[in-house]
Amino acid sequence: MTTMATPISQASLDSLVAEAKAKAARIAAEHDSDNTSDDPRVRMPLVVGGKTFTTVTENIAGVAEGPTPLGWYIAFVIALSLLGLLGLCVNYLILTGVGVWGNNIPVGWGFGIVNFVFWVGIGHAGTLISAILFLFRQNWRTGINRFAEAMTIFAVVCAGMFPGIHVGRAWMAYYMFPIPNQMEMWPNFRSPLLWDVFAVGTYATVSLLFWYVGMVPDLATLRDRAKGTVRQIAYGIFALGWNGSSRHWHRYERMYLLLAALATPLVLSVHSVVSFDFATAQLPGWHATIFPPYFVAGAIFGGFAMVLCLAIPCREFFGLKDIITKRHLDNMGKILLATGMLVGYSYLCEAFIAWYGGNPIEQFTFKNRAFGPYAWAYWTMIWCNVLCPQFLWSSKIRKNLVALFIVATFANIGMWFERFVIIVTTLTRDFLPSSWHNFRPTWVDLGTLAGSFGLFFTLFLLFCRFLPMVAMAEVKTVMPQAHSHDPEAHPDTRRSDYRPDEHLNPDHAAPRGGGAVSAP
Amino acid sequence: MSSEVQEYPQATMPVPEAPEGHALVGFTAEFDDIDDVLNAARKVRASGYKVWDVHSPFPIHGIDAIIGIRPTILPWMVLCAGCTGTTCAILMQWWMNAYDYKLLISGKPFFSLPANIPIIFELTVLFSALTAVFGMLALNRLPLLYNPLFKSARFRRVTNDRFFVLIDSSDRLFDETKTAEFLASLNPLSIERVVD
Repeated sequence: MTTMATPISQASLDSLVAEAKAKAARIAAEHDSDNTSDDPRVRMPLVVGGKTFTTVTENIAGVAEGPTPLGWYIAFVIALSLLGLLGLCVNYLILTGVGVWGNNIPVGWGFGIVNFVFWVGIGHAGTLISAILFLFRQNWRTGINRFAEAMTIFAVVCAGMFPGIHVGRAWMAYYMFPIPNQMEMWPNFRSPLLWDVFAVGTYATVSLLFWYVGMVPDLATLRDRAKGTVRQIAYGIFALGWNGSSRHWHRYERMYLLLAALATPLVLSVHSVVSFDFATAQLPGWHATIFPPYFVAGAIFGGFAMVLCLAIPCREFFGLKDIITKRHLDNMGKILLATGMLVGYSYLCEAFIAWYGGNPIEQFTFKNRAFGPYAWAYWTMIWCNVLCPQFLWSSKIRKNLVALFIVATFANIGMWFERFVIIVTTLTRDFLPSSWHNFRPTWVDLGTLAGSFGLFFTLFLLFCRFLPMVAMAEVKTVMPQAHSHDPEAHPDTRRSDYRPDEHLNPDHAAPRGGGAVSAP
Repeated sequence: MSSEVQEYPQATMPVPEAPEGHALVGFTAEFDDIDDVLNAARKVRASGYKVWDVHSPFPIHGIDAIIGIRPTILPWMVLCAGCTGTTCAILMQWWMNAYDYKLLISGKPFFSLPANIPIIFELTVLFSALTAVFGMLALNRLPLLYNPLFKSARFRRVTNDRFFVLIDSSDRLFDETKTAEFLASLNPLSIERVVD
């Protein structure tokens, strides 16, 4: 106990505390519906709706425990039908040959590779949110990281399928791996296509580990709340016996930090390696040193667009508005704008270098992109990726969920067209006019593209139904109740860690004697 | 595993009863406030207990210093695995393309670092990440699907909204009466006997 310089009665101390609490409640009420303020003096809450640990658990676990909504069945039937279409197209392709696609000579890389790059690009946002935003201590990531990671896994599943069926003789796909074989031959490790196998393989493995291990504490929550034997056993096995021991948490947090530090350069490497597939070729429009950063920026842009497209309906449909708040969506809108600008800069820079480099064939390629037979695809891409995100400068549009959803959908479409433009315009018009040939997709091409969305959404809907959609344990750590307000707990006064929502909880201002609580 | 799960019981202060014929694992004390559990943890440590733990639904900031958890060796394991991955990738690419079956591609050298860096990087990350995850599980002795703690319906809230201090019966200072009295002095919501 410290002695006061001027005597002050307990009653007035109590009224001071009450006043502070009332003020905090006012601020909290103000920002509860709209926590998107950028006022740096106020720390915005990341979880709204007056949530406690208990209600956060109820809210998130309730999605996996409650009855299956009718809307889910409808969406699942649509997704499953598209998945059936994918099975049909892939089987037809394998049984007949790649001739059923629109690929020709010179366009040897058609939809198969466009779709591969599109899906693997979408797969970047999940690990970006998990790893890079974690390292930057962006606590708002906790609301969205789980399903963004799930999106990553499912997008990589879709992506991984395409090179496998694109090789033509799918049963020979094992040639891509360094497996001892009867020919005693090994793959060529100097080929960017083989780098791709390792990059995407490593990325899929690490993303899966990151996603699963991050989910273990939440699976334990579902295990402990499970009402039936089947659920109890299933969640019990996957929860690995997690019991919340502080020693476990200590190693777990260290492991999570290590994984984030490993996954960060990995995310950047994967799309860089994908871009090497193009950049190391000598074709005009592909042979450019800007490709790795350009592809990475595009991947993050496309990935965030997909996260928004999934988050906006999911938070409405599953009642997660207090956890995936408007602030989360606002932040993602800002990232979409920033990465959209990077993508626009890359387009500009590519065209500038084509002009400045003085290579007539390179110059022709860029004129042909903008004004040739595929100009419609080029201008679709420019509209979707460069112009449309500019609307996000307006905070009104970022806060308008319908507008945000539309911009994000355009970004997804634009990113698909970006890959189409890169691959098709270059291949249809290369060095010799005698070898020019246009590309026209067949129904199998289009069916496979639509089918890959079926695969993606089937997996995503199953995830939404049976697994914890939001990282409960992580969301709890960014709630004000998770932080001790006892100065004794934090002897280091120079600590600089982020204490979210501190202003909303003036308890730390109240005298709270450490030892007084349980004195006999 | 019982098929019917009890609802979370109301938190009251029970007097721990001793069921016959079961080995005593320890006592748990339940809390619902972060400051209360941290204060309790400080007192448990100050009382000289060695085999005890705090269980919580999320990692508590600053708990390591209060319990006295020493830094894990996991980062060193990951460093070793990363170095192994680098070495394996270099050896594999050299052996396969420059020694066992020489592939001559466009007159390029059989082995040169620039062309082999991407796979070296990927395998370094792969080995490190696998070690980080499986090393963490091994050090934590997981998976461990049977745990006497899970028998308590009350303890199941540890993955939801409750914090537990567990004092293990193998502790040198553990004494049924004294430890129960000590835990009660920490002002918990409840105290429970954990039996195997």
